Amino acid sequence: MNRYLSAVLADRMGVVLLTVLLVSAVWVPIASLVLPASHPLHMGSYSVALWGKYLCFGLLALSLDMVWGKLGILSLGHGVFFGLGGYVMGMYLMRQVGDRGVYGDPILPDFMVFLNWDELPWYWFGFDHAWIAFPLILIVPGLLAYVFGALAFRSRVTGVYLSIITQAMTYAVMLAFFRNELGFGGNNGLTGFFDILGYDLREDVTRAALFSATALSLAGCYVLCRCLFATRLGLLCTAVRDAESRVRFLGYRTDRVKLSVFVLSAAIAGLAGALYVPQVGIINPGEFSPLNSIEIVIWVALGGRGTLWGAVVGAVVVNVAKTQFTGWLPEGWLFMLGGLFVLTTLYLPRGLAMLVPKRVSGS
Amino acid sequence: MSAANRRPVSRSGGERSLDTSHGTVLYLEGLSVSFDGFKAINDLSLYINDGELRCVIGPNGAGKTTLMDIVTGKTRPDEGEAWFGQTLDLLRLDEAAIANAGIGRKFQQPTVFTELTVAENLELAMAGNRNVLSVLRAKLSGEQRDLIASTLERIGLVALRDMNASTLSHGQKQWLEIGMLLMQQPRLLLVDEPATGMTHQEMAQTGELLCSLAGDHSVVVVEHDMDFVRSLDSPVTVLHQGSVLAEGSLDAIQSDPLVRSVYLGE
Amino acid sequence: MMNVRGGTLPPVFFQRLWRAVLLGLAVCFSPVQAADLPDALQSALEDLAGRDKVLRLEAVERIANSGTEESEALLQVILSGELYHWKPEDRFVRGEKDGRKFILYALEDGAELATVGRREAKKVSINNTLRGAVKSALATLDLIAPDPAKRLAGVRAQFAALAVPVERIDALLESESDTAVRDSLVTLRAMTLVSDETASGEPLMTAIAALGNSTEPGALTPLKGRFERSDDDAEKSALSSAIKAFESRQARFGMVKQVFFGLSLGSILVLAAIGLAITFGVMGVINMAHGELIMLGAYTTWAMQQLLPGQPGVALLLAIPMGFMVSASVGMVMERFAISKLYGRPLETLLLTFGFSLILQQAVRTFISARNVAVSNPSWMSGSLELHPMLSLTMNRVVIMFFCLAVFAVLWWVMQRTRFGLQLRAVTQHREMARCVGVRSRRIDTLTFGLGAGLAGLAGVALSQLGNVGPNLGQAWIVDSFLVVVFGGVGNLWGTLIGGLGIGVATKLIEPWSGAVLAKVLLLVAVILFIQRRPRGLFPPSGRSAGDN
Repeated sequence: MNRYLSAVLADRMGVVLLTVLLVSAVWVPIASLVLPASHPLHMGSYSVALWGKYLCFGLLALSLDMVWGKLGILSLGHGVFFGLGGYVMGMYLMRQVGDRGVYGDPILPDFMVFLNWDELPWYWFGFDHAWIAFPLILIVPGLLAYVFGALAFRSRVTGVYLSIITQAMTYAVMLAFFRNELGFGGNNGLTGFFDILGYDLREDVTRAALFSATALSLAGCYVLCRCLFATRLGLLCTAVRDAESRVRFLGYRTDRVKLSVFVLSAAIAGLAGALYVPQVGIINPGEFSPLNSIEIVIWVALGGRGTLWGAVVGAVVVNVAKTQFTGWLPEGWLFMLGGLFVLTTLYLPRGLAMLVPKRVSGS
Repeated sequence: MSAANRRPVSRSGGERSLDTSHGTVLYLEGLSVSFDGFKAINDLSLYINDGELRCVIGPNGAGKTTLMDIVTGKTRPDEGEAWFGQTLDLLRLDEAAIANAGIGRKFQQPTVFTELTVAENLELAMAGNRNVLSVLRAKLSGEQRDLIASTLERIGLVALRDMNASTLSHGQKQWLEIGMLLMQQPRLLLVDEPATGMTHQEMAQTGELLCSLAGDHSVVVVEHDMDFVRSLDSPVTVLHQGSVLAEGSLDAIQSDPLVRSVYLGE
Repeated sequence: MMNVRGGTLPPVFFQRLWRAVLLGLAVCFSPVQAADLPDALQSALEDLAGRDKVLRLEAVERIANSGTEESEALLQVILSGELYHWKPEDRFVRGEKDGRKFILYALEDGAELATVGRREAKKVSINNTLRGAVKSALATLDLIAPDPAKRLAGVRAQFAALAVPVERIDALLESESDTAVRDSLVTLRAMTLVSDETASGEPLMTAIAALGNSTEPGALTPLKGRFERSDDDAEKSALSSAIKAFESRQARFGMVKQVFFGLSLGSILVLAAIGLAITFGVMGVINMAHGELIMLGAYTTWAMQQLLPGQPGVALLLAIPMGFMVSASVGMVMERFAISKLYGRPLETLLLTFGFSLILQQAVRTFISARNVAVSNPSWMSGSLELHPMLSLTMNRVVIMFFCLAVFAVLWWVMQRTRFGLQLRAVTQHREMARCVGVRSRRIDTLTFGLGAGLAGLAGVALSQLGNVGPNLGQAWIVDSFLVVVFGGVGNLWGTLIGGLGIGVATKLIEPWSGAVLAKVLLLVAVILFIQRRPRGLFPPSGRSAGDN
């Protein structure tokens, strides 16, 4: 245990991040629920959900940094795991709607009634129970990552090839989810949720609780990653990233090393998606678009890949900028994003983390 | 050609039993491999005895590195057989399985993990269970720490144990890689040009080290430097155009007219 | 009984019609005085202006079958309701209302005759029944047109309505000399017979068999219709075997057509992917902005058409070199000022070029339009090429297939026969070695990137002729292009050609039973699985260095 604790403490920027997360997990509910609306530090439910969303993206960025920064796998399809986690949560929330939908069907979600379906498809069964649905948030993305990774890593697809087929994977999933026949609401996705675990999603209390849950999940996953990379497996990941074939000659099965971290990363991305959906109120196939996945990459690149905390910071910074910018000049956001890609890769190869002096970051 | 299609055989890196009842640790029989019509290895047969130290020499393009690629599972031959001991068919194993079966390799271009410290490089190379969960749970025992410390001493890198390997000089990387090879505790060591980038003194140390390994281990050294080969005082195999041209003591080889004509164009 | 649009007619109608045909044929060969309506038309018009319903209907047929030059124009006048009786002159004219007056024109030559008050001109009004009769008469007019092509079109226009009686067809067959028209007439006759409930016996069986062997797409409908209604066993079995024969032939041609569509899609994929394959092969650079370079080529075509209004063909031909140059220059600027700084870091380059793709996309949205722009097809790229009645290929796709082959041939020549191609191949195979023998690899990189980008521009010019040109054009093709490159193997022109055509044909063969979206998903999955088995594509580069990483 000592080894893990020292690994967490040695990463000073990480400690700062964890402190901020823990404080906000406590402070945001206070600011939103206890402080009166007139108070300058009061947070409206809109901004609570907005910051909750940023933290979900932070968690997603963390999951990508695990495989890109630490293992050298540039996944251009991490959005697929985020989206799947989101869909699992969406299915659970959809089943909680009960007969409050527009069509008032006690079993079928509105879109199925609209499509004249008679009964719930088999893969929707059980989603009304949280104890079945919630584990699937991790299992479904993890399973896809397992199948995909087992195929890709076993056959030694690496580098840009791997990146391209991850992109093809998310593209294929997007096309599939756009189809009504698949039974996930087609174009419109899943929306019109009412409550989670019996709590009304529109209540401030629920929103504050979701925010805290997100902040704590992020903190927890951060510590988990830090500890993971402090083990000998962490050393092995670095070795695989830098000289994979050499590692094989030492007798390690590099495909299994990559696979296990990839699956873990996918599960974390799924968790991020599941926390995201109740806070924004909708999940649709747009989450699977290749553009979304590649945006995650720029968060990590901008923050500084391989540092873990940099990924979280990058995600928050880019998304705050996006919110501000699209409000101010909607036309310009793609210019900004494109410019970020160009400038980061050319002038900030190690991201914002470059700007933090080594003695401060402790790494 | 790709090793990806081979059957991965999961073996623990710990206790290895190798059947060398006939005294031969490595059988290579009638190997051929060609790239785009160029025959890198052509009907090559080579036998290494248990505990033997063997030097393999040959001009550039003779197929020395390709030979090592085949033995370690990186390249699959078009024809021929390769057996480790009596029972292990190397052509059916992938790199990791071959390494776990007890064949260690040092590359021509020293390849160490530059973002890890010297000690961490050795820790990764250390023999032990290689599956993901045991690697995750692995902790260095006192014995293992001692082993790393003694290896560091043996390769002369004690002072640098916590330095990133990227800061090492070429010769130090060579040493580190030899150290990693020792940590693996292989039955057979394939050492590709170990003396490059070393001073004469270091070269002598390397020679001593390799000679001391022979007996417990079998060692195959590929080398260009004739002085170094001479210092090893071991049987020599000459490769030429992908096949064995001559075998014997260095003196016998050097007086062989066939070898002279290949090397000196006589 | 015969069903004719507008009602059921008694058998006596056919006798009269037959007489009218004979009369029409007679008139056709008799000298006609200019500037005067032929007698046959004059008398028919008198009947039309009368009140007898039967006579009025008959009058329309008589005009239609008169075989005179004026008949078509006259029927059009009747249909538009502009036929007037000029009472003082007792003459039929075309009239246009002008305020409270009427301007009258001669029916024969269209000369303006007079402007009269409304009392002097009486409109010859027609009801719906008559309008229907005029319409079908207009359609049958082409059957006796002097131009064989027009006759053929006229016959085929009858395939749907089957309104021409068998006797009439027989008469037409007797005088017909053109084989194509004859064949069509025979088919028409068979179709008419099969759908005629009263037909039976030997003539019917012959007709059924003829339809079974027909290549006319419409031949199936009467066969199927009769099969459902018929209760005669012998008839039914003849019908079912004819339907089977027809359908299997139709399926064969359908297959050929799908393969053609596949090759067409494949040739576009090849065009889109080949530039990508070259840059990836030579520099190991995945150019994510490749799709936007394609888009620039398409927009260049649009711009050329804006510059040369009314000359879409010339503009398109000029767009070929222009599109190449525009995309190539953008590509070379990107390479020189950014990509070259990231040499040897393919993943970073991927992100960098992705940034460029976003900027280019948004630039088009901001400075041109966020909506699609209209690019027109020149005449020689519209319409279709009929290889067989059951197989017609759209012209733009055919042209683009040849364009793709031409581009491929030129590219092959550049790679194999020019100094630049030699240097390019040298750099692909061994960069350091190439530098040692004096190839300036930096310059080759820039030129190569320019070549790849220019090829994307050419793909854009071609794509502008197939569908919408908009800011998202490139996005739609980029993933597919990557798959072609990965599938075909890197740095191998033939691999790209085979890979592109293969993926195209496979897509179109799967599509009929899976639908377009599922076909795409299936294909993506298939290519992903393929890459698992052969990570280096169909034609992998080989050699000792190939496996190193």
